[in-house]
Amino acid sequence: MSENLIRMIVMLLYIVAGPFIGGILDGFDRKISARMQGRKGPTVLQPFYDVLKLTQKQLLAVNKFQLLMVMSYLFFVILSGVLFFGGFDMLLCFFSLSTAAMFLILASTSTHSPFSTIGTHRELAQMMSYEPMVLLTAVGFYLATGTFQVSDIIQAKVPAIVYAPGFFIGFVFILTIKFRKSPFDLSTTHHAHQEVVKGVTTEMVGIEYAITTLTEWYENVFLLAVVGLFFINSNPISYLVAIIAVFIVYFFEILIDNTSARVKWQLMLKMAWGVTIVAGGLNLFILELINF
Amino acid sequence: MKNIHKSPWLLHYDGSSCNGCDIEVLACTTPVYDVERFGVVNTGNPMHADIFLITGGINSQNEEVVRQIYEQMPNPKVVVAVGTCACTGGIFKECYNIKGGVDTVIPVDIYVPGCAARPESIIDGVVKAVGLFREKHLKEKEGEKA
Amino acid sequence: MDKLVMALICLPFLMAILPAVIKKSKIRSTVVYICGAIVAILSITTAVWWYSLGGNALVFDLPYTEVFDKIILIGDFALMFLIIYLSVKHHKTIISLLSIVQTLLVAGLELFGPHPAETMHIRIDWLTFIMILIIGIIGVAIGIYAVGYMHGYHIHHHKELKDRRSFFLAMIFVFYGAMFGLVLSVSLVWLYFFWEITSVTSFLLIGYTRTEEAVNNSFKALWMNLLGGLGIAIAIAYAILVQGTVNLYDVIDSAIAGGAGSAALVPIAFLAFAALTKSAQFPFSGWLLGAMVAPTPSSALLHSATMVKAGVYLLVRLALAMNGNYVGQMVYLCGGFTFLIASCLAIAQSDGKKVLAYSTISNLGLIVACAGAGYQETIWAAVFLIIFHAVSKSMLFQCVGAIENTTGSRDIEDMEGLAVRYPKLAFILMVGIAGMFLAPFGMLISKWAALKAFVDAPSALMVLFIVFGSSTTMFYWTKWFAKILGIHAEKGVDRTKPNEYVSMYFHAVLLILLCVGFPITSKYVIEPLMNDMYGTSTPVISEGNIAIMVIMICAVFIVPSINYLLTRNRKDKEVMVYMGGANIGDNKNFIDSMGESKELQVSSWYMTDWFGEDKLFKPAVVVGTFIILIFLCVVVGGAF
Repeated sequence: MSENLIRMIVMLLYIVAGPFIGGILDGFDRKISARMQGRKGPTVLQPFYDVLKLTQKQLLAVNKFQLLMVMSYLFFVILSGVLFFGGFDMLLCFFSLSTAAMFLILASTSTHSPFSTIGTHRELAQMMSYEPMVLLTAVGFYLATGTFQVSDIIQAKVPAIVYAPGFFIGFVFILTIKFRKSPFDLSTTHHAHQEVVKGVTTEMVGIEYAITTLTEWYENVFLLAVVGLFFINSNPISYLVAIIAVFIVYFFEILIDNTSARVKWQLMLKMAWGVTIVAGGLNLFILELINF
Repeated sequence: MKNIHKSPWLLHYDGSSCNGCDIEVLACTTPVYDVERFGVVNTGNPMHADIFLITGGINSQNEEVVRQIYEQMPNPKVVVAVGTCACTGGIFKECYNIKGGVDTVIPVDIYVPGCAARPESIIDGVVKAVGLFREKHLKEKEGEKA
Repeated sequence: MDKLVMALICLPFLMAILPAVIKKSKIRSTVVYICGAIVAILSITTAVWWYSLGGNALVFDLPYTEVFDKIILIGDFALMFLIIYLSVKHHKTIISLLSIVQTLLVAGLELFGPHPAETMHIRIDWLTFIMILIIGIIGVAIGIYAVGYMHGYHIHHHKELKDRRSFFLAMIFVFYGAMFGLVLSVSLVWLYFFWEITSVTSFLLIGYTRTEEAVNNSFKALWMNLLGGLGIAIAIAYAILVQGTVNLYDVIDSAIAGGAGSAALVPIAFLAFAALTKSAQFPFSGWLLGAMVAPTPSSALLHSATMVKAGVYLLVRLALAMNGNYVGQMVYLCGGFTFLIASCLAIAQSDGKKVLAYSTISNLGLIVACAGAGYQETIWAAVFLIIFHAVSKSMLFQCVGAIENTTGSRDIEDMEGLAVRYPKLAFILMVGIAGMFLAPFGMLISKWAALKAFVDAPSALMVLFIVFGSSTTMFYWTKWFAKILGIHAEKGVDRTKPNEYVSMYFHAVLLILLCVGFPITSKYVIEPLMNDMYGTSTPVISEGNIAIMVIMICAVFIVPSINYLLTRNRKDKEVMVYMGGANIGDNKNFIDSMGESKELQVSSWYMTDWFGEDKLFKPAVVVGTFIILIFLCVVVGGAF
């Protein structure tokens, strides 16, 4: 099979299977969280029921622009995932991802609603917190494997984690923000308790909220794939290692989610930037010393 | 969609309740009763909610609020009045500022009596509401087809 | 060719007399339009002609060069006396010392010093080509905008101020001439002269309103720029006394030949220092912020197409001589630091023009960093940024100016719902903002190239500056963008003049064309430039990625449009936003806890406790000073 064909298949797989994997992971998240709290919890298929129900609800328009912004958000997240699974430049994937985040911001802010406005600005603060580390992660892969191309990174002799453990730690840290997990679920949360109602998603009704949830699944799959990429090299067994690592990281995020309380944005910014500088920056310095 | 009843999201609104019923409503989400196993999520947001759960009677101050929140919920939706006060006005019925039960403002589908309503009966009410929710949805679909 | 170039440099100076003497507003406007058109046509003709000659660097002399030499010598003194007069008049005599020292230094060496080898005076190459087009096209568009804007400024908004429009428009033409001269000069003495003209003209433009604040800020701009001028004067002195030349390119060549640590770096260091002051890098950012008191067209002119671009132009020129030595480190550290700090400071500003000012400083920081690194990729990025920044920033300044003239405020908080109130202005503002930061527009391409280059360099510090700087940049632009989209507002009356719109729409179209056509620009303009400088040109971003980016650019426009068409005809029930059920009738008012009606105010975050001017500005100046002083000492100390 030619390489391009494989790429096409992987991209298609992502588009088709992405939401299923994301949804199932979300379902396990709720189940595991419930068990951690001593509850039975819903079925693992619950997220699918939720999204399907949302698509059936009447759409109330708070603002006509919101739906189109949310749809654009979905498009750009899928685009970044497709670029990633298609083996393109990592920086490009992340740039596309931040464009997508822009559309979410615009969707929520166009309503002039007090709750979603506060949510929007918290979301902005979150973006400011994780953005440096996201870009640094791409840099980390480049330093470890000598390329930004995902298709070449997976051909590396040594997995990136060997050279870039600091970047890995930093990335897992900001993943908590990206996954909207406590203590960094400031802008919106998956839990019932949130002092700004539902933050950025407050004014999203029915299908709009369904699309947002779907988008988050796509995004989560993409981000977890980045985690996996740290462990992948030319050896096929590494894929197995990567999958195990992804599960461990995901479980770790759930654990953090259930054991910590929401923090203020100041602390989030301090922690995120601190970890970025200490873990990412230090790793960066060391790699440069080794390479030259 | 047949499975719509598997994802009922609640909006809990406290009218002029004495907080007895509210605490019982919250008790439903604790590990002992765990309503989430039915897919119930206690959202704080009318835009996302399917079932409107009201405790306490309606007074002249929250009348508009209840009406607005009801308006902001997308169809199909079900209203559940929890506790005697929400059903009829209860012991506050004759107060100068009380209008009475929730049905004086918006149409109520399920009445859950009790002072305070027991978690079991609240869950029972919610389960009934879920059935009605599905029924309303299917009726809507039929209406669309016809 | 030589006559054309002579016309290009001299005509704007002569044209400046026309608006200065014509007092009738209508006639003057027409004259400005015609003169502006002539300048634009001249610059485009020059550029196209040069292009048609095959795109090789041309070096030649103007006719009557000796006369020009004399004029410039006299001009130096004239500028000195002007500065002395003005600083004594405003009791800031000390500033004139700077001017006296440098003028006497340059003039003295020229008259009594050793005679340097004769050189040609004019050079056109790819960089000059780009700069001529920017100044000619963007600069003139600002001139046209200025006519309409200044009318509104004096007639409607600032009746208390003396109407000095003649002077204002005249100064704009002087600026064109000085900038053309600056980018075309080979001789350092000529460069110095034009450099001083821009300093003095900007000083006069900033002080235009003659309020106390304006005067103070204009003197701040003056002393900082004169300090830069002193840097050039020292470089000239060194070049004449030690190297026996006044040719900028000879100075650069000997520095490249000398390698790191050689004495030939000394003039380069001082020239770079001058460029840093001009392009408002920390610690010299104060003048650019102060310049915001001037009417908007002058801000647009100073901060997009001309003044600050003189600084980065010189740095790109010097780039080869700075690659891999202390001068380069000084420049890129200073630039990278400025990029980060200025974008942090922009977060805490709510004044639209101030945000633009900080973002200008920050963007210039990135350009300066790219130029200072001196790698092929970074120069590619720097030149791209120069182009994109000139267009989008000029447009944004004009737009904010128009908004201020229309709504009476340039505070970002007052721009709530602009998309509904003034859709045309909002459209321009959105295109401009998108052009500044949104993936995949100009900024992003440059950021990308810069990031790759600094990872390779390697400079971990610069990588950190860039990743943090880009996240803070994203914050303040998104915040602004989000503000103008809030839709609950009524349509307002747009008071923007047609000639202002002509200029702004022109910019918008230009920007979109630049974005979509950037592979073409890269291939036919920037790659030859790379060839010129480095002898080779490898594409910085591979063709596959360029294709993806063009797709993304289109997607950013097309996807929302398609989605708009898909959702346009939905007849959904409209509801009010959620305010805990307490709205009364609409989305603007609610019942407060006392049972009374209150208007809802939503405001953006400014995070002044973290990013406020009082927290960051002084430390930033200190750090900036520190960087420059240390490296200057190292370079000069290393040479002797």
